[in-house]
Amino acid sequence: MDMQKLYLLIPLAPLFGAMIAGLFCRVIPRWLAHTATIAGVAIAFAASVVVFQDVMAGNTFNGTVYTWMTSGDYIFEVGFLIDTLTATMMLVVTFVSLMVHIYTIGYMQEDPGYNRFFSYISLFTFSMLMLVMANNFMQLFFGWEAVGLVSYLLIGFWYTRPTAIFANMKAFLVNRVGDFGFILGIGLVLAHFGSLDYATVFEKAPGFASATINLWGDQQWSLMTVTCICLFIGAMGKSAQVPLHVWLPDSMEGPTPISALIHAATMVTAGIFMVSRMSPLFELSTTALSFVIVIGAITALFMGFLGIIQNDIKRVVAYSTLSQLGYMTVALGASAYSVAIFHLMTHAFFKALLFLAAGSVIIGMHHDQDIRNMGGLRKYMPITWITSLIGSLALIGTPFLAGFYSKDSIIEAVKFSSIPGAGFAYFAVLAGVFVTAFYSFRMYFLVFHGEERFGKDDHGHDAHHDDDHGDHHHGLAPGQKPHETPWVVTLPLVLLAIPSVIIGYIGIGPMVAGDYFKGVIHVDAAAHPALSHFLEHFHGAAAMGLHAFSTPPFYLALAGVVLSWFFYMKRPDIPAAIQRRFAAVNTLLENKYYFDKINEFVFAGGARVLGKALWRGGDIGIIDGLIVNGSARLVGWVATVSRMFQTGYVYHYAFTMIIGLLVLMTLWINRA
Amino acid sequence: MSNYPLLSLAIWVPIVAGGIVLLTGGDRNAPLARMLALIGAVLGFLVTIPLWTGFDVTHGGMQFVELHGWIPRFNINYHLGVDGISMLFVLLNAFITIIVVAAGWEVIQNKVAQYMAAFLIMSGLMNGIFSSLDGILFYVFFEASLIPLYLIIGVWGGANRVYAAFKFFLYTLFGSLLFLVAQMYLFFQSGGSFSILDWHKLPIELGPQIWIFLAFLIAFAVKVPMWPVHTWLPDAHVEAPTGGSIVLAAIGLKLGAYGFLRFSLPIVPDAAQELAGLVIALSLIAVVYIGFVALVQADMKKLVAYSSIAHMGFVTLGFFMFSPLAIEGALVQMISHGFVSGAMFFCIGVMYDRVHSRQIADYGGVVNTMPKFAALFMLFSMANAGLPATSGFVGEFMVILAAVKFNFWVAFLAATSLILGAAYSLWMYKRVIFGDVANKHVEELSDVNGREFLILAVLALCTLWMGLHPQPFTDVMHASVNDLLRHVAVSKIQ
Repeated sequence: MDMQKLYLLIPLAPLFGAMIAGLFCRVIPRWLAHTATIAGVAIAFAASVVVFQDVMAGNTFNGTVYTWMTSGDYIFEVGFLIDTLTATMMLVVTFVSLMVHIYTIGYMQEDPGYNRFFSYISLFTFSMLMLVMANNFMQLFFGWEAVGLVSYLLIGFWYTRPTAIFANMKAFLVNRVGDFGFILGIGLVLAHFGSLDYATVFEKAPGFASATINLWGDQQWSLMTVTCICLFIGAMGKSAQVPLHVWLPDSMEGPTPISALIHAATMVTAGIFMVSRMSPLFELSTTALSFVIVIGAITALFMGFLGIIQNDIKRVVAYSTLSQLGYMTVALGASAYSVAIFHLMTHAFFKALLFLAAGSVIIGMHHDQDIRNMGGLRKYMPITWITSLIGSLALIGTPFLAGFYSKDSIIEAVKFSSIPGAGFAYFAVLAGVFVTAFYSFRMYFLVFHGEERFGKDDHGHDAHHDDDHGDHHHGLAPGQKPHETPWVVTLPLVLLAIPSVIIGYIGIGPMVAGDYFKGVIHVDAAAHPALSHFLEHFHGAAAMGLHAFSTPPFYLALAGVVLSWFFYMKRPDIPAAIQRRFAAVNTLLENKYYFDKINEFVFAGGARVLGKALWRGGDIGIIDGLIVNGSARLVGWVATVSRMFQTGYVYHYAFTMIIGLLVLMTLWINRA
Repeated sequence: MSNYPLLSLAIWVPIVAGGIVLLTGGDRNAPLARMLALIGAVLGFLVTIPLWTGFDVTHGGMQFVELHGWIPRFNINYHLGVDGISMLFVLLNAFITIIVVAAGWEVIQNKVAQYMAAFLIMSGLMNGIFSSLDGILFYVFFEASLIPLYLIIGVWGGANRVYAAFKFFLYTLFGSLLFLVAQMYLFFQSGGSFSILDWHKLPIELGPQIWIFLAFLIAFAVKVPMWPVHTWLPDAHVEAPTGGSIVLAAIGLKLGAYGFLRFSLPIVPDAAQELAGLVIALSLIAVVYIGFVALVQADMKKLVAYSSIAHMGFVTLGFFMFSPLAIEGALVQMISHGFVSGAMFFCIGVMYDRVHSRQIADYGGVVNTMPKFAALFMLFSMANAGLPATSGFVGEFMVILAAVKFNFWVAFLAATSLILGAAYSLWMYKRVIFGDVANKHVEELSDVNGREFLILAVLALCTLWMGLHPQPFTDVMHASVNDLLRHVAVSKIQ
């Protein structure tokens, strides 16, 4: 088959499935909705495998599908760029999406919005594929916003829940703040490069390395710094970097399958993908890279802390996602783009696994999400238990598992980085290892080991989880036991557990050390040598795994696991005592550093106050009150006759107007 | 094709149809009046289609020109023609006429023939505005088209319609007079010509140019409307029946903006360059200030009215940056706004017909009872917020990109609409559509009927088409916009 038709088929097959399930969601039976969408995504996955093999054989592609619009000297096109970076993303997206589609059959079986849900996740797959396959900034922005739309629809999937419809609006608006920067960045690219086509822009980029623009007064700013920071603000929104991270924890209001697909594995990594794609631009500005590494480091460490105190199983995983996104961003800042993509890939597998396993636990617990009500689940849910353990071990960086290779590579690369902020970032990612291990195994122990705390009369789970959604009865009744979930749920867990174990070992050689990304990701090794220094010490995947046992990250992770075991299995009184002892810190963490409160008060509240002030003061007070009605009164005062015109019959006014016109015409004709 | 007087047909077919509809008389014959109105509107649209299919995109000048003497003594002519700037508006107008006739189908039960006739006649008059090449002809159409709109608001409008109509009247009268004075000056200065194309070539000193520009600015700014002469619009929308709001938003607001391109820029280019900063500042105020004001509206129609002002801010902003991308972006924004705001007002009308309230607080959880409606309303709300793949995105995107090249901070302020537009659109959507069924009225709602669905579906297709493939729209504009910009770049001061 013609490869170009195959490229086209990859996004269109899920779109077609989404249209069948979506447009006819009220008439078609459930089996048709899931068959159509799963078939679409399966086709996309199979085609992605073919494309991947073709790309590995050296056949890349950069071409136009159709001309979207021309204006002035600018041409805007819809087109595809197929190289190793795209092919990697396509595989990850379609594979995880396929797993999530299958899983959804089990997870959503009681939900009346079944068909609609399948339509949305297929539409998401289409949007995400358009994003990663884009060969220009316009289409990138297209996919960027389209995934945002689907995320909005899915977070608010249960549209009668007040928390869900608040969370989805919040997610969209915070993302829009990011897009605000992003579009300015795109505008700067178009204004200075005259094109939005990646290839053209990247080719011209080195010529602009020392270009400056005048932003304020006579101060000259580096063009590339301003452009890259604007673009990165977009990435901060989508990839939930501090301070635009606030939407991601709330996005857990959506059904669990989409938390796995969108808010962990794929969409939130779009920012990481974008910066990697733009590596020829970011490499030209060390200032921008410093900005990136600092933001990433803050996110990696401080969001990890929040994971420690969460009691909602999904929120623990969500903060873990934030922290891991911070790791990827740190890698970007250290110019280790290939490592960031590598971590993106391994993370996609084990985080999707952890989320889907969390969803499996939630089903087993009858939609109780509070880990304080769980415990000892390993007896009742063996497959979920084992796969969760694998996912957690991969996440904390156990040697030879997937997360180890990618995370250790990040830590090593940062160690060798010398850009401003790298020292702080190194500290943050090292400390983060301990924090990650601690919160991951806190959750693991509380859920799967220890005393069985479920089935009690009084379980104090958060009030907002047992609200009105009629089809979801919450929590286990007294005496009721959790149960393992059906095969459609456990099969994806098993299939995701496999890459969570092996993909790091397989991938690190070619993706990080090899020339897999040659010609795709550009690193200025002279200016930013961190990655090449790391690679001088790299002697194959096996050696790296063995070497790990003598490095700090391993012992930090081990310490985290042991400490969480000690705290939550042996001496549960200690964490409670710490909470009391350090009440101020605890309050700070429980309020998530007050980001939400500040945003709601300053930005949301401020906007409403300002809007009211402008409306009542400006429009109603000054413009209408003084000027419009004032002149009306003036007219009335000057000539009481005018009162006759205020008859309330509009045709009088209309008639007056015509008369006025005629009078004027007559006056003027007489003059002429 | 061009042998037929297509533009005359576009003007007179709806007007004659309106006259015929009026002949059906009282409401006994309402079904006949409706049917005739629909036939008239469809015919009116059909005659405009050859304007696009027969349009020569390589040619920037006037096409389908008709020239006949009208009042020879003053050299006033019946002079018609369209270029790449005006042609699409004739089509949009004819298209929207079908939508409003269909929109008022069952809703209007009182004076049906008069209602339908008012819209048809207004449609013809507005086509006259977009195709006039004679100053006086333009002025006659410009003023005459207001009369049906006054009537529509005044007869079929809401409780406070007198205040709204009077406010509108006061605003427009002032602008119109200045416009007429400026036209007379040009008439004498050009040695007795009312041809707009002659005026384009007329050399004028900078001083008079500034005065003429300001006169035009006031006349057109009221129509657009630009801040601070915008306060008539929310009142007019609130009082207007649904059809009136659709036409006002989709076409009415475009008249003023069109005036800038046909009069201000080419006739007084030096003044336009000189005072571009003023217009840009007013446009940015419209985008930012009005964005905040829209956020706090409790009345859905007022909210969409304010959002229209903010969107029109993009249009005037685009015009005065003098680059092809900006002007074409502004034109695209105008057409898109026709589809999207028309659809938004129709959506509000659909709810109003059932609940008889426009207050956001009276709704909540509409999705539970009107799922099909909720899906379509979502599409238009997103288009209003400028989501890619909808037409709302294209114009904003083009204008923002052009603005970055023009001045980073102008772009910075314009791009705030990405946040503000999403905030007011989605916040309204959340409160009206999402959530639990809020009250008895919402519980009793029935989903859109076939007619309503068809109207919304057609508008949705237009919105998506323009969002996914705007090329056919911009193709038409290139030659004329380039001509205009070349013309504006040459000084008229001698």
